[in-house]
Amino acid sequence: MFLHALQEHFGFISKDAVEWTASKLGLQPINVHELVTFYPMFRQEPLGRHQIKVCRTLSCALAGAHQVRTFFCKRVGLDPHKHGPQTTSDGHYTVEFVECLASCGTAPVVMVNETFHEQVTVEKAEQILAGCRAT
Amino acid sequence: MPLAATLVEKIRIQIDGRDVEVPKMMPDWQGKLQPTTMLQACQQAGVEIPHYCYHPKLPIAGNCRMCLVEFGTPMMGPDRKPILNEDGTPKIAKSVLPYEPGTPRGAIGCATAISPGMEIYPNSPATKQMREAVLESLLINHPLDCPICDQAGECKLQEYSMQHGQATSRFVEAKVHKPKQVDLGPRIMLDDERCILCSRCVRFTRDIAGDDALGFVNRGSYNTLAAFPGREFDNNYTLNTVDICPVGALTSKDFRFQMRVWFLRETKSLCTSCGTGCNVVVSSREEKVYRLEPRENDAVNSSWMCDAGRLNYKWIGREDRLTRLGGSRLKACTWTGGAREVAEGLRTARPGTVAIIASARQTNEELYWLKKIATRLGAESDSIPRVGEGDRLLVSADKNPNSNGARLTGICGPLLGMKLAGIADGIRSGSIRTLIVFGEDVTRHGISAEMLQRLDLLVVSDILPNQTTRLAHYLLPGCAPAEKMGSFVNVNGRLQKFLKALEPREDARPEIEFLMELLGLLGAPQPARSVEGSFNQMAKEIPALAGLTWSSLGDTGATVQI
Repeated sequence: MFLHALQEHFGFISKDAVEWTASKLGLQPINVHELVTFYPMFRQEPLGRHQIKVCRTLSCALAGAHQVRTFFCKRVGLDPHKHGPQTTSDGHYTVEFVECLASCGTAPVVMVNETFHEQVTVEKAEQILAGCRAT
Repeated sequence: MPLAATLVEKIRIQIDGRDVEVPKMMPDWQGKLQPTTMLQACQQAGVEIPHYCYHPKLPIAGNCRMCLVEFGTPMMGPDRKPILNEDGTPKIAKSVLPYEPGTPRGAIGCATAISPGMEIYPNSPATKQMREAVLESLLINHPLDCPICDQAGECKLQEYSMQHGQATSRFVEAKVHKPKQVDLGPRIMLDDERCILCSRCVRFTRDIAGDDALGFVNRGSYNTLAAFPGREFDNNYTLNTVDICPVGALTSKDFRFQMRVWFLRETKSLCTSCGTGCNVVVSSREEKVYRLEPRENDAVNSSWMCDAGRLNYKWIGREDRLTRLGGSRLKACTWTGGAREVAEGLRTARPGTVAIIASARQTNEELYWLKKIATRLGAESDSIPRVGEGDRLLVSADKNPNSNGARLTGICGPLLGMKLAGIADGIRSGSIRTLIVFGEDVTRHGISAEMLQRLDLLVVSDILPNQTTRLAHYLLPGCAPAEKMGSFVNVNGRLQKFLKALEPREDARPEIEFLMELLGLLGAPQPARSVEGSFNQMAKEIPALAGLTWSSLGDTGATVQI
């Protein structure tokens, strides 16, 4: 609850926040750090303005989710070989894989912030990015 | 049930088709009795179950899965009585997958308690298959960099690969890469790619050292051992994690890349940095010490030692070690001649004008002969206390390794250093004309250089130069503990012996040799000719040591009354 509240307030959980939480709970910071790094919903860095979540669960993976994520990464200047969420240095984009977004029939699916995109091809991804740039 | 009955109560089980009786309860990592596990039972029966995360001195984690074994338990009828085969033997239900009764299922030996009539199959095809599978999985992301790994030669991954591994890898995908050369703290370097996540180090530092500094971050195949970012893994026991790391993940910065372990000669010895006397193994090659490691002794140090003691060996190889017979009055150039000159000088000293300052860093055997010399010369003798800071685990506040030995041999009183002021006064007033000093710089303990210069005779034995050795009329170069054998009595009265790891350099000799020689030259009978003989003779004379012999001390020593 602590950590969720902290993330809600600051947008991410900083190193200071981990240390503060540990001291409040009478733990060593490594114990809290273990937890924060274990759960992907906890963010250790501020997110980009456009958070691009690519589903990689089975249907989407089979329908080309990896190619879609690679495309996004390359287009915004991120390393597609890197693991975990990545944010561009200008803070515009965060690209990451997520688990099932519950739309397997229209795979591959992508969520940008709260907007849902279905059957995303490379061409469609290009349009999504254009949409992001427009806002 | 009374404790004694629990201790002796045995359970009959079968291991590898062999009937064995093993204790029902055995001590856990804290020494508390707990139900005996399959792994312990097999060890009792002389069958080793391979394991990584299990360590007898750490809480059980059960995460490496290497100790999986197939087992079976007697089948019970509805009347809770065993169902029997036609030949009268109990029917055994082997462990199987619940949804696939044809497939054997193992249980981890380290955390599964035995029960009466249980059968353990540590060598069955199913057990072997499980081990092979676990090992293969542990090696999937391992870098296999054995040629440049410090652990090579003493690595459990290598050992078990030899027994249960496959010659080729089936893994064609890309390995996960993790941090390498992680500077975990001032003495520890971590290679996360080699780590198999057994958590021995995490448990050690949390539950033994009391410094909850390590943990696993991230998850899945990215699971990584780490300290909190920006915090150093730095307590006085960190290097024990290198010992217990079953692979080459945690390495000692001091030992890293210094020597291949298979070239090292191992000698059972003692740490001399404080009065605890942790049992150690000295690893050396060609008269050079490369590392100290703790040696298990539950009466003293369990399986651990402190970092400060472990790294306190470099002085042995110092360039300025005293290795030549010397002193301003020495005429001879051999020990025989030198000893004769010293004996001559001592013989002419009037009784009551001689004082001896011994060191509680000397062995019991040396102090025993030194005390004989003191008696022979009618000399006052004392030793020098060395007090520092202790901790709650192993470090003693007494920085002398053998204060109790000095007390027992009578070279000093119950309080070390009580007579020092008297000896200093004697020198000042001129009543003490001869001083024998062993292994101490008396100029730092109330006897100034100027006072030493007033003496008729100053005989000094030491291993490193200091103000006192520079003023010696006769300087007799001695040995570091690693260069000789002997025994110490620790702060709790544990009498322990240590063996010689290195040859003394140049003229230097074990002190006991020239002490016995000197005593002979002074006309005293001296039946013993060796360290062992000296100990046995001493044990007959000192009541606290009654009944002990050098060989009866074994590797872990004996406790004596102080």
